[in-house]
Amino acid sequence: MELNAKNLEFRELNRQLRQGGSVFHITGCCGQRFIAAGMDGKTITIEGIPGNALGAYLNGASIEVLANAQDAVGDTMNDGQILIHGNIGDAAGYAMRGGRIYVKGSAGYRAGIHMKQYRDKVPVMIIGGVAGSFLGEYQAGGLILVLGMNRGGAPLVGEFPCTGMHGGKMLLRGDVTGIRFPRGVCPRPAGEADLAEILPELERYCGLFGYDRNQVLDAPFTLITPDSGNPYRQMYAAN
Amino acid sequence: MGIDYIYPEFEVIRNESRCVTCQVCQRQCANEVHRYDPDLGRMLSDETKCVGCHRCVSLCPTHALKIVKNDCAFRENANWQTGAIKEIYKQASSGGVLLSSMGSPAPLSVYWDKLLLNASQVTNPSIDPLREPMETRVYLGKKPGLVDRDDKGNLTYALEPQLELSMPVMFSAMSYGSISYNAHKSLAMAAQKLGIFYNTGEGGLHEDFYCYGGNTIVQVASGRFGVYKDYLDAGAAVEIKMGQGAKPGIGGHLPGAKIVGDVSRTRMIPEGSDAISPAPHHDIYSIEDLRQLVYSLKEATEYKKPVIVKVAAVHNIAAIASGVARSGADIIAIDGFRGGTGAAPTRIRDNVGIPIELALAAVDQRLREEGIRSQVSLVVGGSIRSASDVVKAVALGADACYIATGALLALGCHLCRTCHTGRCNWGIATQRPDLVKRLNPEVGCQRLVNLLTAWNHEIKELMGGMGINSIEALRGNRLMLRGVGLTETELRILGVAHAGE
Ligand code: SF4
Ligand code: SF4
Repeated sequence: MELNAKNLEFRELNRQLRQGGSVFHITGCCGQRFIAAGMDGKTITIEGIPGNALGAYLNGASIEVLANAQDAVGDTMNDGQILIHGNIGDAAGYAMRGGRIYVKGSAGYRAGIHMKQYRDKVPVMIIGGVAGSFLGEYQAGGLILVLGMNRGGAPLVGEFPCTGMHGGKMLLRGDVTGIRFPRGVCPRPAGEADLAEILPELERYCGLFGYDRNQVLDAPFTLITPDSGNPYRQMYAAN
Repeated sequence: MGIDYIYPEFEVIRNESRCVTCQVCQRQCANEVHRYDPDLGRMLSDETKCVGCHRCVSLCPTHALKIVKNDCAFRENANWQTGAIKEIYKQASSGGVLLSSMGSPAPLSVYWDKLLLNASQVTNPSIDPLREPMETRVYLGKKPGLVDRDDKGNLTYALEPQLELSMPVMFSAMSYGSISYNAHKSLAMAAQKLGIFYNTGEGGLHEDFYCYGGNTIVQVASGRFGVYKDYLDAGAAVEIKMGQGAKPGIGGHLPGAKIVGDVSRTRMIPEGSDAISPAPHHDIYSIEDLRQLVYSLKEATEYKKPVIVKVAAVHNIAAIASGVARSGADIIAIDGFRGGTGAAPTRIRDNVGIPIELALAAVDQRLREEGIRSQVSLVVGGSIRSASDVVKAVALGADACYIATGALLALGCHLCRTCHTGRCNWGIATQRPDLVKRLNPEVGCQRLVNLLTAWNHEIKELMGGMGINSIEALRGNRLMLRGVGLTETELRILGVAHAGE
């Protein structure tokens, strides 16, 4: 179903998404927020640039953005898929619990913070370019993968990655010397088995965005996991 | 060198002539204070572990037990009081941040006790609530600013979503995890029976309680535990927790040891993993950002439910509330600094925030001055202890009150303030199945219904005395209040005259 978003308020845009069929092609998108919030069972392609909180609480819908997206993509997402062909703003995937966010380009600050996992729900965020500061802060589950493709001289991740991490894992591709990890996490070179585990996701990602799988794999990967799921255990005295 | 031993706070006094060594106390005390010694043929006590929860006292069949405050004291010192000394010892031996439970026991100002209500005499009639209709029903949500008519001149009623309460009291947020399944069930059942609401707190909604959804407020906090579409849809309203009166500026942290079984399922995180709610929402740095979260929730719930924003009462609360009112929130909940908690750093609990009475008065005044009071409802909490506190809060400008500690007391809590240990002998702040089952949800529900039914009668009586037959007519009616023993500044902020004026 074709949906021209020009001059539509977000509330009206979402209303039309909720009402009509299950496959949508939105054109002329220009900053409308909250697109597809909480939705399931829809496949939505977006031309133009969606506003903040794209796919918040997403519950199974599939969204593809052919350009950049703004802040808070996939906030508290539970299930589904968000593909971004450009770059994304800050706080993407805040507290996401399931589903996938694949970004061809780079991400702003605080990507994947508070990401969780639960039983069969293991969220995945793959960032093709670089990520800003506070990547994966308080990460409690899921997988965050930053590839650093075509990054030129840009740092792979900004300051303070993994602060407060207490679950899940992060993989960084390429040279990580100079990245300062906090106490409480343990970065180590990823082995065969570690890579084998993420290979299906990675291949899918490469296929969707036209990256060369072999070129992507032809670099060292660093795996970061937390030392403990209870980082603050020793901190308190009962009073 | 220092020695860690701190003399026990309580003394267990057993009247040996009454004790029949039935060992009930031993079975009832999860802190393992009582022990039967078969050689001596009598009960012994280890007082170092006693928290003064009175479980054993309440259940001893021969009333042989008494728990008294220990009089073994440090040398008297008005500056270095016993608590201060003990806290130094605890920190010197552990290096830990002091952690406490429940509302602050410190002698903080309670303005409710310095406010007095009016009553009618001679010139205006009081109303007898037993014979005359009295309305305590309230609706929470945005009210229209203008009367709108269609082209035929008929009134249009395009009301924003409202919560209908049979009386101006709700149960405030307590998460499943910080309190037990049976405590949650008692609250949910009672809310439904009473026609009010209870609040999930930030720990998600147990699948068994979705059936109480019509009387449930679901909370969204910075950790977003258990938040997903079905959860948002299940509740009658969604509350964004920005802050809590007992620990403003501080997040929540439920230790992994309490994330077991159903608690893990409900929070949707693995067993044994810490549940950390960071102090800020890391995507909210401004009112604009808050507006984004408010509207993302409204979108996800299709504008069918009011959104509440809960903040702690802090210094600039009036300006903050004004911002929150403009964020699109339908209801602002303000939590005062005497509010309770399952666990908070002692220093924060006892030193941060301001009293709810002053915060409420300042906020109500500010929103009126700015002409936006009707855009939001105000709900206040942080130690509302009785029907008269409720009536005073309404007269100061509140639409409704949140109670939590009071509700737990009705369920059997004895305010021993050791909820953080997870060994609540009353089956409330614990996840141990043997302790949880001590609280029967049917009985718990009935006690909550009793409490609030009684309060509702008292509210009506107080209103009737003032000659007011509808709680709406009392809201913000500060002429019904007088202060006693308050300074000029306090009276000015509260917006009330001194008694005798
Ligand atoms: S902790 Fe409670 S049950 Fe145990 S001895 Fe003390 S008062 Fe009695
Ligand atoms: S809930 Fe239980 S542990 Fe907490 S203060 Fe009340 S009786 Fe004590």
